[in-house]
Amino acid sequence: MSLFWQVDFPALLAAGLASGLCALLGNFLVLRRESLLGDAIAHAVLPGIVGGFLLAGALASPAMLAGALAAALVAAGAIQLVRRLGRIEPGAAMGAVFTVMFAAGVFMLEQAAGRNLHIDADCVLYGQLEDILWLDAPDIRALPREVWTLAGVFAVAAAAVFLLAKEIRLAVFDPAFAAALGFRPGLVHLGVVLFVAAASIASFEAVGSILVIAMLICPPAAARLMTDDYRTQILLSMALGTGSAFAGYGLAGFAPALFGASWSLNAAGCIAAVSGAVVAAAALFGPRRHSAAAGAATLGRT
Amino acid sequence: MTGAEVGPLEVLTFRAGYNTGVVMAGAAALGAAAGGVGAFLFLRARAMAADAVGHATLPGIVLAFAAAGLLGAEGRSLPVLLAGAAATGMLGMAAAEALTRNTRLAPDAAIAITLSVSYAIGIVLLSWVQTLPQGSQGGLESFILGQAAALTASEAAGLGIAALAALAVLLALFRPFALLCFDEDHARARGWPVARLDAALLGLGVLVTVLGLQTVGLVLVVALLILPAVAARFWSERLRGIFWLSVAFGAGGAFLGAAASAVWPRAPTGASIVLALGAVFAASLLAAPRRGVFAETFRRGTAGWRLRAARALQAGRGYPGAALVGWRRGGRPTARGAAAVARLELWDRCLAESPDALPAGLAWGIDPLPPEALAQLGRRGR
Repeated sequence: MSLFWQVDFPALLAAGLASGLCALLGNFLVLRRESLLGDAIAHAVLPGIVGGFLLAGALASPAMLAGALAAALVAAGAIQLVRRLGRIEPGAAMGAVFTVMFAAGVFMLEQAAGRNLHIDADCVLYGQLEDILWLDAPDIRALPREVWTLAGVFAVAAAAVFLLAKEIRLAVFDPAFAAALGFRPGLVHLGVVLFVAAASIASFEAVGSILVIAMLICPPAAARLMTDDYRTQILLSMALGTGSAFAGYGLAGFAPALFGASWSLNAAGCIAAVSGAVVAAAALFGPRRHSAAAGAATLGRT
Repeated sequence: MTGAEVGPLEVLTFRAGYNTGVVMAGAAALGAAAGGVGAFLFLRARAMAADAVGHATLPGIVLAFAAAGLLGAEGRSLPVLLAGAAATGMLGMAAAEALTRNTRLAPDAAIAITLSVSYAIGIVLLSWVQTLPQGSQGGLESFILGQAAALTASEAAGLGIAALAALAVLLALFRPFALLCFDEDHARARGWPVARLDAALLGLGVLVTVLGLQTVGLVLVVALLILPAVAARFWSERLRGIFWLSVAFGAGGAFLGAAASAVWPRAPTGASIVLALGAVFAASLLAAPRRGVFAETFRRGTAGWRLRAARALQAGRGYPGAALVGWRRGGRPTARGAAAVARLELWDRCLAESPDALPAGLAWGIDPLPPEALAQLGRRGR
């Protein structure tokens, strides 16, 4: 099989799935004005991931996923507690909670590295998209584990958003009315937290936590500047996310070659940078870049 | 800071070697300055902007290294790298401000976009610099998670002195900053240049962030500004109280964290400092006298009992334990007992006269009525 199928295809698939998944979930963070929650969860799952790894002794075990979900719940609960008791603004409450949890994760990583266990900060910080290989290329069962994990989380998240579209929209735009109808908007919040945590763990090996944060916020924010329609925004953000993934991956691999160089740039970083460029373009030219008041009035309409 | 065979006592009393001692003192100065600046940023609801600044320093560090290398200078000189860090850090802050001001995006979305994209650009630049002929960029990565061990004694001393200078500027501008935090319009009416003061406060934030990069790392440096201020908020309702507690928490936490990483092998300095600050924060969250978890649990758990005690006092009867909490002595209500009865009577009046004004989420008949409810009752209460 050609090099493309063995090297580029699995990386593109993983990046595309991760970006699409994060963009889908990020819409609810951006619309609920909780963008920093993505930042907080993506950082706060680290002690859960490392703890799960130390307990199970293997990467990508169910223990790591369970650890990440538990850490996300702890973080969300702690943030609520700090906000309510201290009457502290949400941004500062999130900053206080996630930095401590991330520091605990770094501390545990450092201890694990001292025991020669194979887990390090690099893949969390940079992402190692280039290491996702499909060596037995035509064999569908030999697709890398990361791709299967991402595809699974993507399928579950997409199904949940599709099936619960009406309830989620109500909870996002009018929590008080949703509560009056008996929909429990708090459950939607909890679901978003859990899915963001699952997306973080599914993506972290492949693309690194920083790409998760960029992809959670940038495509939905860009789409927010382009449209007032709820469904259009979600679909547009997923298209922008996947498009950024392909464009960024291409930029990383081929841009240096244009200058005759043989090296390549960090792919996860390039993808996030491209998504940032998309936001910049939307902020300059997006048809709905201003109009906060008009937007709020029409956004709930399909 | 090799941590080899040094006891906790030697470290804490500065007998663990000159370098370790200077790094610890530098960390304490940095923590004090960050605690002070962080208290104002927090009160102005700008604390998380420091997270965007911290991540936005990475491209500047890498570019400064590359530029210095191309010019033939020593690329790893700390002042050069920190100058680059400050430049792109301010650029990142300006980008977040511009996104917030010119588009419909909320400030938190602008911060999340700035921090993730600028960090990603830094990572891309890092992968480019690795290919440069001047070779090894080893050491640049230590800025991401911090590596105080890479500091020489003179560098640590320089950082500490710069941090103290920042704290001095902060104290000199204390009154206008306080006015800015509480009543911007009043400050403007009094003739203070509000925009320039705001810029000065954010500038101090960038400065402290940059000074903390090598010690704590750019991912976690925001913790230096947020954790002491949030912890202090649990203990005090007054600006001066919050400010000085935040300075003390910052200095103490950074000092203990740096000491811990000198004692324990493989304890990274940045994470240790953040965990020490986190311990102060957790203790405040749990044990603060009015807002803490314990106090809140106690208040909720005893609300029913205190309501019955107040009702009994109101009817001129005693109630088991009322003497213990000082509400009744010698068969008569004390001043505190009378105050409890007066609060209860206000709740009764509110229920009878304007039930719409009854607040939610308070212990009925026990907590003081909020000012809005008192205003509804048409009198100024206690």
